[in-house]
Amino acid sequence: MLDDTDRRLLRHLLAEPSLGTAELAERAGLTTATCWRRLERLTERGVIGARQALIDWRKLGYSVEVSLRFTLDKTDPRAFDEFLAAARQVPEVIGIETFLGRVDVRLNVIARDMKHYQELYRSRILTLPHIADIEALMLVATIREAEALPL
Amino acid sequence: MIDLDDTDRALLRALAEDATQSAGALGRRLGLSQPAAWRRIRRMEEAGVIAGRRLVVDRAALGFGVTVFLGVKLATKGRVSLEDFERAVTAIPEVQVVQHVLGLFDYRLRVVARDIADFERVLRRRIMTLPGVGQVEANVLLTEEKRPGPLG
Repeated sequence: MLDDTDRRLLRHLLAEPSLGTAELAERAGLTTATCWRRLERLTERGVIGARQALIDWRKLGYSVEVSLRFTLDKTDPRAFDEFLAAARQVPEVIGIETFLGRVDVRLNVIARDMKHYQELYRSRILTLPHIADIEALMLVATIREAEALPL
Repeated sequence: MIDLDDTDRALLRALAEDATQSAGALGRRLGLSQPAAWRRIRRMEEAGVIAGRRLVVDRAALGFGVTVFLGVKLATKGRVSLEDFERAVTAIPEVQVVQHVLGLFDYRLRVVARDIADFERVLRRRIMTLPGVGQVEANVLLTEEKRPGPLG
């Protein structure tokens, strides 16, 4: 199980994932060696995984981001698998989530502009298999995006 | 906006999986010298294409077994109500993501909780009491998958 020191370490690391071990140790009030050992143990146990670079797609010219919410035709038992496999083939899909609720699957789709989005929507999204219903939420602004947990 | 060539895109793809790889190791994989790989990564950081880092954690192993996405519609609108709502919602520790959206809802929230009972507590005490909150729809996250995006 996690102890208070692990929790403190994780709070600092989640708040600022780009911290190096030495800086992290200082903030959490640990020696660098202790901090490193604890991070190793948390990694071995699979509690913490990779540190990944965050891509700002707008800086690459993708100014439109849409959250597409799908209800699937679940009378076909292969609906989920086939829909997900086909969605993975669309390069502009940057995230796939499945849910328990009114929505079955959500795709995060990026496009260069509205014209590009319309093309994608018609040629790559509406052609995905087993769709019963689609709703779109267009992203206006991300007010907060953090991996922080109330540890 | 900056233009990337195939080598930049390959670097970006590799860093989006594991940002702790050194410029030397990445360069060897892609047939670049360490300084050449480093210069390309630096350029993408300076342009803001690499916007920071994300730490992947096993939320369930940390005691947060439930992640719920909420669609929230405001009952009252206007600049003041948006600001009040945003200020209050970003102060809730269980809310990880707040997005202002256009469509069926006004906001999308990602909420973490220890279990369904804990989620109910957050929903009743914290979400339903937010200023201006109207209709709320909840969907419990089962799986999530990040895709590399158009870097092929």
